[in-house]
Amino acid sequence: MNSIVCLKQVPDTEAQIIATPDGLDVKLDGVKFIISPYDEYGIEEALLQKEKAGGGEVTLVSMGPARAVESIRTGLAMGADKAVHLDDEAFNGSDAQAAAKALAAQIKGMEYDIIYCGRQAIDDDQSQVGPALAELLNLTHTSLVTKLEVAADKKTVKVHRQIVGGEEIMELPLPCVLTCQKGLNEPRYASLPGIMKAKKKPLQPVKATDIGVDAGTVGVAGSGTKVVKFTAPPTRTAAKIIEGESPEEKAANLAKALREEAKAI
Amino acid sequence: MGKGIFVVSVPSQGTIRKVAFEILSEARKIADAKAEPLCAVVIGKGVAALADKFAPYGADKVYVVENDLLENYTADGYTKALADLITKEEPSIVLGGATGLGKDLMPKVAARIGAAMAADCTAIGVDGDAFTVTRYMYSGKMIADVKFQNAAVAIATVRPNVLIAAAPDASKTAEIVNVAAEVSADDIRVKVLEVVKGDAGKVDLTEAEIIVSGGRGMKDAGGYSILEDLAKVLGATVGASRAAVDAGWRPVADQVGQTGKVVSPNLYIACGISGAIQHYAGMGTSKVIVAINKDEEAPILSKCDYAVVDDLFKIIPPLTEEIKKLMAD
Repeated sequence: MNSIVCLKQVPDTEAQIIATPDGLDVKLDGVKFIISPYDEYGIEEALLQKEKAGGGEVTLVSMGPARAVESIRTGLAMGADKAVHLDDEAFNGSDAQAAAKALAAQIKGMEYDIIYCGRQAIDDDQSQVGPALAELLNLTHTSLVTKLEVAADKKTVKVHRQIVGGEEIMELPLPCVLTCQKGLNEPRYASLPGIMKAKKKPLQPVKATDIGVDAGTVGVAGSGTKVVKFTAPPTRTAAKIIEGESPEEKAANLAKALREEAKAI
Repeated sequence: MGKGIFVVSVPSQGTIRKVAFEILSEARKIADAKAEPLCAVVIGKGVAALADKFAPYGADKVYVVENDLLENYTADGYTKALADLITKEEPSIVLGGATGLGKDLMPKVAARIGAAMAADCTAIGVDGDAFTVTRYMYSGKMIADVKFQNAAVAIATVRPNVLIAAAPDASKTAEIVNVAAEVSADDIRVKVLEVVKGDAGKVDLTEAEIIVSGGRGMKDAGGYSILEDLAKVLGATVGASRAAVDAGWRPVADQVGQTGKVVSPNLYIACGISGAIQHYAGMGTSKVIVAINKDEEAPILSKCDYAVVDDLFKIIPPLTEEIKKLMAD
């Protein structure tokens, strides 16, 4: 089983994000970065499937600035075999569809049975790259996968996926793209020997020209959407504390406030 | 010049998701501003019966896109059907709900036709000739105003429960255009083996008007019975925090927050939830937030509209009774 896992480095879930004074960007100095949590499910599943099949390679593909190397090394320390880092100014400012184009150009010549993506990266929150990547590689895909089983002949995969009010079980031919949802597995932590080994694993930097990508088709120039302004979401004014002599009285006062004041029930 | 504002709807078991009506109502203003027709696009098998449901919300035209192979949703089949229609009719923007299905389908359609796309938007508009959208980024920590550029077709998915559906006007009619989608068995590479329905009567969290959500403070899975009772009285859906899901008290599908569902109901009642930044990311756009928590230091208490600082097990049962009384009035 050869797998590719798309990995994106994102700010930690705990990080405070603030806009630059001109509102054109966000300040990321001093922010701690992590592997986007849904991508970790992808790494874990690729490793599990490789172990199950008794062989194969797990390759990480990541697009991002120089700092992304740290997260890529973390993925290698979890157990991935090698990595490719799309690191070029030409890629900066790519929106989701442009990012999918760059990733597709890289992955096109590679060998794989399954490409794993997170269901979304938790910075842009677009949920676009997996399905778009599949389309650009002329593969089929499905999203929000919570369980998967590769057939003995390695020609198909049976997946469970989350849908409104239930679950859908489907079969896809290999190769295909799967986007990973919470519940798929429990990602492992990088072990100390894993971290040591990761330092020596191949991590290949790639420029746009290396994969035949015209700079005009990615980055800001190749993106169909552009953020023109970042603003902080409105904060709520101080909460109204519901008082009362007893829990029953508080409950009654809350019900009354929701009915008469908030008109929410 | 584009030839229309498209609003895509994929009915589920013969029912149109209400997000389609929310988008149509808002898109009516854009269609007027751009002097382009507002077109609903309904895709599936046997969906013609629903064709007259869109005019009351402002649709000028309804494309009924059918094929027997569209009985079950597949990204392969639906991408073919929708991408072909867009290529033929050349709309300037294609809108759809940012539901699980919309998030699966639309990015693939965008990649096929080379459209620009923004997902999970909370506002849509126009600025001069360009379409604009507003969307949350960084898990609700930042609002981004986004402009479409460089592409003939724009695609945007819109978060359910955020735009307001207009009151339907039954006197309005629309031109119905039947389209036989050219989808063949070879186009569909996946096989849907089984659809397992959960609780059929349950409104999905993303579309619920009221959510009663429980966290670590519920103590165990059994603690949720009082939330189920409250939810029943309110016609609400029960949600959960990550802590409760990780503890195995509730299924993953019930999780609200950064690694769960993003919701924006009219009323969100957080019970025994501390309100970590990751949880708030998933429900911060709720219209009214109530927190019930005995820990007066809990972050949620400063980020809500109404706070009750007390033991939730003592508050919720009488609250259910009080609301029952109010509802009966």
